[in-house]
Amino acid sequence: MSSDAILLLSSGIQLFMQTQSEVGYNTKIEGDVVLTTVDAALSWFRANSVWPMPMGLACCAIELMAVGASRFDISRFGSEVMRFSPRQADCMIVAGTVTYKAAGFLKRIYDQMPEPKWVIAMGACASTGGMYRSYAVLQGVDNVVPVDVYVSGCPPRPEALLDALMKLQKKIGKTPVIEDMKLLNLTKSEVAA
Amino acid sequence: MTSLELAQKLKAKFGDLIAGPSEYRGEISVAVSNAQEIAVVCEFAKKQLGFDYLVDITSIDNYGADPRWAVVYHLRNIVNGLEIRIKASVSEEKSELPSVLAVWRTSNWHEREIYDMMGIRFTGHPDLRRILMWEGYPYFPLRKDFPLAGKPTDLPGVAFTRPAPLEGGPFVTLPSDAGAINREPRVRTVEN
Repeated sequence: MSSDAILLLSSGIQLFMQTQSEVGYNTKIEGDVVLTTVDAALSWFRANSVWPMPMGLACCAIELMAVGASRFDISRFGSEVMRFSPRQADCMIVAGTVTYKAAGFLKRIYDQMPEPKWVIAMGACASTGGMYRSYAVLQGVDNVVPVDVYVSGCPPRPEALLDALMKLQKKIGKTPVIEDMKLLNLTKSEVAA
Repeated sequence: MTSLELAQKLKAKFGDLIAGPSEYRGEISVAVSNAQEIAVVCEFAKKQLGFDYLVDITSIDNYGADPRWAVVYHLRNIVNGLEIRIKASVSEEKSELPSVLAVWRTSNWHEREIYDMMGIRFTGHPDLRRILMWEGYPYFPLRKDFPLAGKPTDLPGVAFTRPAPLEGGPFVTLPSDAGAINREPRVRTVEN
């Protein structure tokens, strides 16, 4: 088996042990083995376990709660683990109006999140300032943090946020993991030298 | 006991200092002619007249008039539900009046908000900082001569703020007895 391939067994180690001796087609393990690349598997893991940082700043946060509750159920997409510590979160969902005073700590929380990280701007206010054209409101959260997905609506329907999450998952799934890992690149350069 | 009687007691105690009481739609207001005495008047209203609850403090910018500022105290008696309004006028040059924090502790954040939005200072306030805008913001945005869109300023750490795009909105009505065409919502500056 090549080093960049990963063997996934759904029926456990024992079966794997039993089939060690036989090479080639084996009916006992048919359907239990999936061959893929490490990169694709890691992207798949990542995309289906996005832990959100709920940045609930206004009424959009109520819709965000609805997304987390049973009717819409964000856990179907592996994102039910709302983390209130930025250290444990992957995706900041900016739900609500970002005032200039809030922009400071929002940026700080984003900076505290470990890489890789993503941002969903939920609703009109987070995306553009919305109806708040005033001295107090930041005209779009993309002025302070890079946004991956914008969701329209005031507030957006829960389905719209789920759609945004699926779009983000698609994006994460397409992002190569290994080539982005600085540590691995370092190892490669060491090997080359 | 009515609010009017309590207002007359206030008048009897302080005499010329109190103008009024005036009644509008069943609500009683008095005006304090010298804003520097507001804390004394408020203390009497609480201790002797039983106005144990400070509902709100608001401020008015009478742009172009003198004195420019009016600070309005809304008081309520929790026991019998009576309410009274005390108004104090402050000139733009002075922009200062005594804090009533010693009378009602809840006035702390009300006074901070008025300072933040209107720039009226309260002497004797222990912690007169901005409450809604960030520290170091140079303007007082609820003044009539401040544009709704804001002015460019520096926001340390995030480092920008630009005026908000106002083209086509938001729309502000101008309350007056003018006709509907002049009264209708539109983008307004201090000039129009």
